Amino acid sequence: MRHVISILVENEPGVLSRVSALFSGRGFNIESLNVAETLDPTISRMTLITAGNEQIIEQIIKQLNKLVNVIKVMDLTGSDFVDREMILVRVRAEATSRAEVLRILEIFRGRVVDVSPKSFTLELTGDEKKIQAVVELLTPFGILEIVRTGKVAIMRAKKNSFHGGKVQEPKAES
Amino acid sequence: MKKTGAEIVFESLKLEGVDTVFGLPGGAVLTLYHAMGKYAEEIRHILVRHEQGAVHAADGYARSSGKVGVCIVTSGPGGTNTVTGLATAYMDSVPLVVFTGQVPTMLIGNDAFQEADITGITRPCTKHNYLVKDVQDLPMIIKQAFHLARTGRPGPVLIDLPKDVIAATTDFSYPSKLKMRSYNPTYHGHPGQIKRAAKLIASAKKPLIYAGGGVILSNASKELTALAQKFSIPVTTTLMGLGSFPATHPLFLGMLGMHGTFHANMGVTHCDVLIAIGARFDDRVTGRIESFSPHSKKIHIDIDPTSISKNVPVDIPIVGDARNILKTLLKYLEEEEHDWGRKHADWHNQIASWKNNTVPQDASCGPCIKPQYVIEKINELTRGDAIISTEVGQNQMWTAQAFKFIHPRTLLTSGGLGTMGYGFPAAIGAQVAFPDKTVIDIAGNGSIQMNIQELATAVQYNLPVKVAILNNHCLGMVRQWQQLFYEQKYIQSVFDVVPDFVKLAEAYGALGLRASKPEEVEAVIRQALSTPKPVLMEFLIDQNECVYPMVPAGAALTEMLLV
Repeated sequence: MRHVISILVENEPGVLSRVSALFSGRGFNIESLNVAETLDPTISRMTLITAGNEQIIEQIIKQLNKLVNVIKVMDLTGSDFVDREMILVRVRAEATSRAEVLRILEIFRGRVVDVSPKSFTLELTGDEKKIQAVVELLTPFGILEIVRTGKVAIMRAKKNSFHGGKVQEPKAES
Repeated sequence: MKKTGAEIVFESLKLEGVDTVFGLPGGAVLTLYHAMGKYAEEIRHILVRHEQGAVHAADGYARSSGKVGVCIVTSGPGGTNTVTGLATAYMDSVPLVVFTGQVPTMLIGNDAFQEADITGITRPCTKHNYLVKDVQDLPMIIKQAFHLARTGRPGPVLIDLPKDVIAATTDFSYPSKLKMRSYNPTYHGHPGQIKRAAKLIASAKKPLIYAGGGVILSNASKELTALAQKFSIPVTTTLMGLGSFPATHPLFLGMLGMHGTFHANMGVTHCDVLIAIGARFDDRVTGRIESFSPHSKKIHIDIDPTSISKNVPVDIPIVGDARNILKTLLKYLEEEEHDWGRKHADWHNQIASWKNNTVPQDASCGPCIKPQYVIEKINELTRGDAIISTEVGQNQMWTAQAFKFIHPRTLLTSGGLGTMGYGFPAAIGAQVAFPDKTVIDIAGNGSIQMNIQELATAVQYNLPVKVAILNNHCLGMVRQWQQLFYEQKYIQSVFDVVPDFVKLAEAYGALGLRASKPEEVEAVIRQALSTPKPVLMEFLIDQNECVYPMVPAGAALTEMLLV
């Protein structure tokens, strides 16, 4: 089963290689990986998509926690979260098909970010199903290139604050 | 107080209580060695002959003394030569801090002379590593390195020191406190879990303790012995756990696993509650995993959460320090009222019958010297009061089976990585830590040649390490596997040329002795033990001698080859 794992790490050189080396060294699989600084510039967040049975996921989480630079590991799968991915797609768009491509784009609330006489470059954001759907719809026109960000994910905030919503991102201890 | 990076290294070492380092100089660390002169009174440097020897010696020093072992080596090949030693220490959770030289920061990444990306190379075989880019960070990094090495599940930490960083100066003050938000090992087990474990143990009819190296690392031998004795629970240990429980104790079943005793393996297969303490269910212990201890509820005490339920699902995991947890467990168990001896009497009888029904290993010699006989003689003549290191292969297994380890930290052996060439430098390190103890490396003719150059180190510092080479003119364990599982085709495992070890010892300035007949064994050992300098003893043994019992790889623990 696929799991979305959110990891807070020290924003230091070598951390990404420690995480990726752990996966390759132990034969775990990374489907996608996304890293960027958090609000606290000393901390980065990695969003990692991986697959495996319960025992493997448990090992992955434990092994990640064992890395000295890893501050916190959360398996978002099974809890309530929102995930998004952005793609940039260059699709063939000639006189006869330009209007249709734009119509599809509009339905999926995408944008054109670059235009050439024979193609559009489109920006689209959404969850996995939406991205999959738009790619399927654009395929018949001729997709020339796709660049994907990989997923980012965030836990949904607790809707009822009286029930003591947990703070999702720990403040860095000084 | 202004100090150079090099001075900061030694000032910090002093504050960490380090009085001995092992190393070998080279271009990138000359500044460090230059500064060392000033600290010669307080910090002793043992000059080895190969960097691998430095790490294994520091490892032997650490395992035997419980202190952190420290090494200094140069950049490039100096660093890469430490890799095997680091991996060895990492697998067996040995606290080390290794300083490597590095080319100046400006040159890093330029393929400079003797440059290697040593933090990149050693990432998977260190607990953590650092590349120091600013001399101001150095004191905190050293503080963290020692903290990481000795706390939690111990392990090796590497600090890479570019040449300009150790030459630069800064105000030195050593941090008194340390806080790492991302590193907080758990020491105290969950009381609820420990209580559940106590209940389970109290309900057991056929309990068994399976103790590993973690018991030794957490200094929990006393508590382990109390647990076994008070509640009448038999004990088997892993290779790394030998010495954690006295081998002469009636409750001791010997080692389990591939070359474990028949009754230990039968015991672990038939027990109803298995209490794993500081052990990690390694494949050499479990045999075929599906058949491992199939009837038992399992309690697993370990400081490293990744060890728990990694190979074998566990019913009651308890994360924390073995000593702390055992203390609490003992407290809870004492609240349970049982006549423990009588309660487990049937179980003990069952184990005794397994034990009595096995053919004892025959250590009596025919025309050839039996390796077991040599080890038993060493045991007898030292009265078991010795630090024993081993190499890897048959020598290691025969030692594990035949030597009666009574005290923790008296067996130094590469259990996890299985590093041939480990034992001799490790013995040197142990002898440095304990100058007055008898330290003996039990070796094979293959392994000893992998770090034989350290004889010069032993002679230089007059370290009276003894080496017992069980010479069968082959790579014995490889040959054994070829005999049993590869159609008796001894491909590349038999040595046509083996050096004359007696002459070799003499060439280095050590004493060389040889026994080629059983009746010469005792005299050779006696002479070695009474010689106050390094001695190589060579025992010519039968090439056909195998290590038994043996569970073939992938078989269940009950499927043992006994002879």
